[in-house]
Amino acid sequence: MKIAVPSLAGIASLALALISAPGMLAPAAAADDAGIVVYNAQHESLTQAWADGFTKETGIKVTLRNGSDTEFGNLIVQEGKGSPADVFLTENSPAMVLVDNAGLFAPIDPETLAEVPEQFRPAHGRWVGVAARSTVFAYDKTRLTEDKLPKSLLDLADPAWKGRWAASPSGADFQAIVSALLELKGEAATLNWLKAMKQNATAYKGNSVAMKAVNAGQVEGAVIYHYYYFGDQAKTGENSKNVALHYFRNQDPGAFVSISGGGVLASSQHPKEAQAFLKWVAGKGGQEILKTGTSYEYAVGVGAQSNPKLVPLDDLQAPKVEASKLNSAKVTELMTEAGLL
Amino acid sequence: MTAAHPTAEIGRPGRLALPGAGARRRLAAPWMVAAAVLVALATLLPLGFVVAVAIQTGWTTASALIVRPRVGELLVNTALLVALTVPISAVLAVALAWLTERTDLPGARLWSWLAVAPLAVPAFVQGYAWVTLIPSLEGPLAGVLVSVIAYFPFLYLPVSATLRRLDPGLEDAAASLGHSPWRVFFRVVLPQLRLALCGGSLLIGLHLLAEYGLYVMIRFDTFTTAIIDQFQSSYNGPAANMLAIVLVACCFGLLGFEAGLRGRARYARVGAGADRQPQPRRLGRARLPCLALPAIVTALALGVPCVTLARWLAAGGAEIWRFDEILRTLGQTLGLALIGAALTTLAAIPMAWLSIRAPGRLQRLLEGSNYIVGSLPGVVVALALATITVRVALPLYQTAATILFAYVLMFLPRALVSLRASIAQAPVELEQAAHSLGRSPAGALWAVTIRLAAPGAAASMALVGLGITNELTATQMLAPNGTRTLAMAFWAYSSEIDYAAAAPYALMMVLLSLPLTWLLYVQSKRTAGR
Repeated sequence: MKIAVPSLAGIASLALALISAPGMLAPAAAADDAGIVVYNAQHESLTQAWADGFTKETGIKVTLRNGSDTEFGNLIVQEGKGSPADVFLTENSPAMVLVDNAGLFAPIDPETLAEVPEQFRPAHGRWVGVAARSTVFAYDKTRLTEDKLPKSLLDLADPAWKGRWAASPSGADFQAIVSALLELKGEAATLNWLKAMKQNATAYKGNSVAMKAVNAGQVEGAVIYHYYYFGDQAKTGENSKNVALHYFRNQDPGAFVSISGGGVLASSQHPKEAQAFLKWVAGKGGQEILKTGTSYEYAVGVGAQSNPKLVPLDDLQAPKVEASKLNSAKVTELMTEAGLL
Repeated sequence: MTAAHPTAEIGRPGRLALPGAGARRRLAAPWMVAAAVLVALATLLPLGFVVAVAIQTGWTTASALIVRPRVGELLVNTALLVALTVPISAVLAVALAWLTERTDLPGARLWSWLAVAPLAVPAFVQGYAWVTLIPSLEGPLAGVLVSVIAYFPFLYLPVSATLRRLDPGLEDAAASLGHSPWRVFFRVVLPQLRLALCGGSLLIGLHLLAEYGLYVMIRFDTFTTAIIDQFQSSYNGPAANMLAIVLVACCFGLLGFEAGLRGRARYARVGAGADRQPQPRRLGRARLPCLALPAIVTALALGVPCVTLARWLAAGGAEIWRFDEILRTLGQTLGLALIGAALTTLAAIPMAWLSIRAPGRLQRLLEGSNYIVGSLPGVVVALALATITVRVALPLYQTAATILFAYVLMFLPRALVSLRASIAQAPVELEQAAHSLGRSPAGALWAVTIRLAAPGAAASMALVGLGITNELTATQMLAPNGTRTLAMAFWAYSSEIDYAAAAPYALMMVLLSLPLTWLLYVQSKRTAGR
């Protein structure tokens, strides 16, 4: 006890000293003027690989702040012009639309836009697609055969599917799929489908967890994105041994291909570096990482190749959805109304 | 400081045996009141934010968001969780404490350490361990099982410490009056455990309300998981804030319940009492069955995480050990935990002192406000601070100061519970004696009570440090760019179900928590005043 009293006082004064020493806990915040801050809602490992590659080539430091699509989209809107972010990367388009509607994006350099074909970026050019992901129905191949699979995403609203399928409704991925459904089929149909989903589906937190449940035989199938399966297969395969992927195709809402976006904030203090980063990601270097890395997302650059293990993008028969119109706020509202959130 | 202003505003002294108003005035109360009021005002910031949003939202929208089936589901889930987990943990903790402190159980010291050790395993690491062992584990019963395993040490710790300090003379007296051992236990021992049981139960209850990672792992929705779902879908939309309002109401309920149970009895005694150890009860033939209880609990609470971690570490091989990243993460976690723990303990001292020395209506109000904010999920505190700093204090936005401030708000209850129990054991008469011998009020406080409460302060620091090491959501939202704690790294990997890559971070969190847990254990074994 004689030791305890001075040590408490000692630790307190140490604490004060540490706090008053600038940058003690914030080595990357503001200390380095040349670096950029990326609000990253993409998978950390992918963006880290992008950042490392970019830094290696240009010497510009990249600091990542990791979170999820809509969380960051709304945060940036809250932060407004005071946002410390220079670049915003998402997994899906709706969060980009959110920030764009608030007028917070700067126009993307024309050279960067030229790296990406028109179908993977909005015409207004205030953000750009950097990767893509396909909706799939991941099913337990030991229990379902091809003839028993749903023909359309809408079939899953049928009472016959009650208790048999899963999704991750709280995730940005699934909400992007719903936003496509909303865009394609309208509000009433979407709400009805969501209400049926509340009855029929099991909710998991995260696509990988939903796939794991399919693999463990807890549920027959799950609406997720394709690359969770490929990623797990490339690692231990432990969570996808019994899983196969069903692509809806036929321009079905369930064949939706979601565009991961990148944008530069109008308030950025380092606009040149931020634009350079996005150009690198959309260009050869960044797209090559998509092909050779472990993310298994689709490359979207002009002439860029995706990982050869994937079903080619052109074969997916995705529905035509204008990415700049996807409405995340409305989707959240409908999902709340359906009792999913 | 003249004693011109009596401490009338503190309210009636309750049943605390004070020699008289004159003596009371000489304690360092006005300073302490001022400090406690300041801390309490700070703790009310997030609550004020939630209420302000509710008012802005308007009655029609608010009621539509609160009165809906989803909220009913969450209410049932959350209530069920608390109503089952807390009593089961209490029975388990008392049984284990009795076996390890009062009987000739073989290896009692070892079992007693093993009953505290699960504190070193963060709740979401427990969830990770259980879910990879039994992938189908989910729902309310799974929630109760893993919650009891993760949180019962919060009850075991104070209960066993109190058991150890109890004056065996009281039990002897009861026994000599012809009471059976069971009757002695229920009439004499159990009532004296009341403070420990109430404090520990409240702590567990608040944790259950605020826990996130564990319930995501085992797929069990509570208000906190739903609030975070809403936040991730719309950041700070009205729906999330309305869920937060209901959660705050749950906390009020819990606090009121605990206050009612705790009562106002006095637990300190003057002098060392009968200076002897109680006679350990012989278990005789019951030995083996009695051994089964700590053995099973240890297997569940420590065995499962150890086996899981070992399995993933082996499966991951050498490539999961990215040492540069791991070391950087470890350093940042250590820094935040150490500083946050010291600040939180300092902030808790005035309140803890007041609650023992000058209990009353104002004190209850102040203390209650501390607990309420401590029971808000980190994400609510974080959102409030993020919005407030963005709007009115931009230079503070995403700085070390803000995240540390959030830690103080969130972990104040932990510091309070440890400090309060310790100060309660430091007789007020000694402080008054020091003063009458010529010390200033503050000097008397420092020389006597603070020193006697030092074990409590150490325990408080350890508990808060543990909390910060395992904190996730607020750190993610408020910490400066580039911050990466062990918990953040673990969560990032495990939510991509890269369980192998997550394992080294889980191991580091456990290793980091072990010495803190050990400190807690040692402090709880010391007898105050010796």
